[in-house]
Amino acid sequence: MNLPIYLDNNATTPMDPRVLEAMLPYFTNKFGNAASRNHAFGWVAEEAVDYAREQVAKLIGASEKEIIFTSGATESDNLAIKGVFEMYKEKGNHIITTVTEHKAVLDACKHVEKLGGKVTYLPVKEDGLIDLEVLKQAMTPETILVSVMYGNNEIGVIQPIKEISAIAHKNGALFMTDAVQAVGKIPVNVITDGIDLLALSAHKIYGPKGVGALYVRRKGPRVKVTAQMDGGGHERGMRSGTLNVPGIVGLGKACELCLQEMESEAKRLSVLRDKLQNALTQLEESYVNGNVEHRLPHVANISFKYVEGEGLMMAMKDLAVSSGSACTSASLEPSYVLKSLGLSDDLAHSSIRFGLGRFTTEEEVDYAIEVTKKSVTHLRELSPLWEMFKEGIDLNSIEWAEH
Amino acid sequence: MAYSDKVIDHYTNPRNVGTLDKSSHKVGTGLVGAPECGDVMRLQIQVDDNNVITDAKFKTFGCGSAIASSSLATEWLKGKSIDDAMKIDNMDIVEELALPPVKIHCSVLAEDAIKAAINDFRVKNGLAPIASEKVHH
Repeated sequence: MNLPIYLDNNATTPMDPRVLEAMLPYFTNKFGNAASRNHAFGWVAEEAVDYAREQVAKLIGASEKEIIFTSGATESDNLAIKGVFEMYKEKGNHIITTVTEHKAVLDACKHVEKLGGKVTYLPVKEDGLIDLEVLKQAMTPETILVSVMYGNNEIGVIQPIKEISAIAHKNGALFMTDAVQAVGKIPVNVITDGIDLLALSAHKIYGPKGVGALYVRRKGPRVKVTAQMDGGGHERGMRSGTLNVPGIVGLGKACELCLQEMESEAKRLSVLRDKLQNALTQLEESYVNGNVEHRLPHVANISFKYVEGEGLMMAMKDLAVSSGSACTSASLEPSYVLKSLGLSDDLAHSSIRFGLGRFTTEEEVDYAIEVTKKSVTHLRELSPLWEMFKEGIDLNSIEWAEH
Repeated sequence: MAYSDKVIDHYTNPRNVGTLDKSSHKVGTGLVGAPECGDVMRLQIQVDDNNVITDAKFKTFGCGSAIASSSLATEWLKGKSIDDAMKIDNMDIVEELALPPVKIHCSVLAEDAIKAAINDFRVKNGLAPIASEKVHH
């Protein structure tokens, strides 16, 4: 077992060697521009791109003509939200999203607001899922788009996508989903899920960084987005720019592997994740954040009360994990996702996200359990809050000097 | 962000972790910060009849830099008179631990904890608390 151990697979994933192998020829001898129509170099590149388009489409139940390649999910989210707003502004100017979205969605929505659009940010319940009744009430005749993420990047909860898209469609709005964390991990199908636009990224599914895709529905209804970059009119005019052929080949291969291995991999990871979670919640005063039933198989977000997350990560120096606490003078605010669940700030500061992946072994999980338990215990010995808790002092009764 | 060797040293081997009897009139206790902000420091001093600090203990809930700042503070406090201890400046801690700008607030918290502990001792012993005139940026 090599240290440190990588358990931050929601941030990014290592590239699968099989993906790299597929990509390599397209850097060197198969270097052509996929838009070069008049020679073999271009044809080879175009063929590779077309094949990748099919591989991506297959993973999400789409047709290859509905896949627009981008530089990643941030671009896909921007293109979908701003592009729909521009394209459909005659129809309405209202967009509905949620408070727990990724910043790429939230900030694209803020941009839309600056352009005169109206955006409703739906709250989430304690378990991180949205309330469908609240969504229904938020719909107006002006609503053109509902954008709700498939699986959450911090806590892994899976939103009721079918029900949400049905509500959007019933009211004449399009449904978009940032499915970056869900695609390739659990079955996602644009037809049965009723998805009109879907953003995905290669580097979260063992592919390369710098490439992603936007699914844009072509039939029932035919969805259009206004391009956000001017140029050569690539990707059916929706996304100009010479195609990143090696990256696209990598994304395609990554999707193919996920489709082949998803079912067994999801089972394997959920067993390991549950082992980790069960062991760590045996520690006193530790809590799992978010709904545990509707959740991605590889994620567990756990708060260890009376221990600060960043300090804890430093103690677990051989584990690469992520914390909901950002202890910097620029941002003393803990994770907005955890806070939106109604978690108090101190519990949000005490959270650690464990993200397992394709290359995580049981041995690594066992090691992570031991290190985490040891570190939490050690830091609690250093924690004045733990001492007060043990003495039965109600921390809420103390007048803290906020700083 | 990489931590300095000194931060790692204090974090890995924190000095003077513990608790003094806060009801003793020879002990001053400073509890600063807030759980909501992600750091709480408790610093305690034991003072002898000559107003010299003979022992110091801390417990901290916070990041590595906050733990290191309070550990360092307890080292510096031991052997100092309470008047000299009052002069410890947060920037001395920043320099010693090579704290990056985003972690300066950890040193500020340690300075606040020192002053709070000394003032707690002063008040217990019939002395007026000393107001801090320093403005932190």
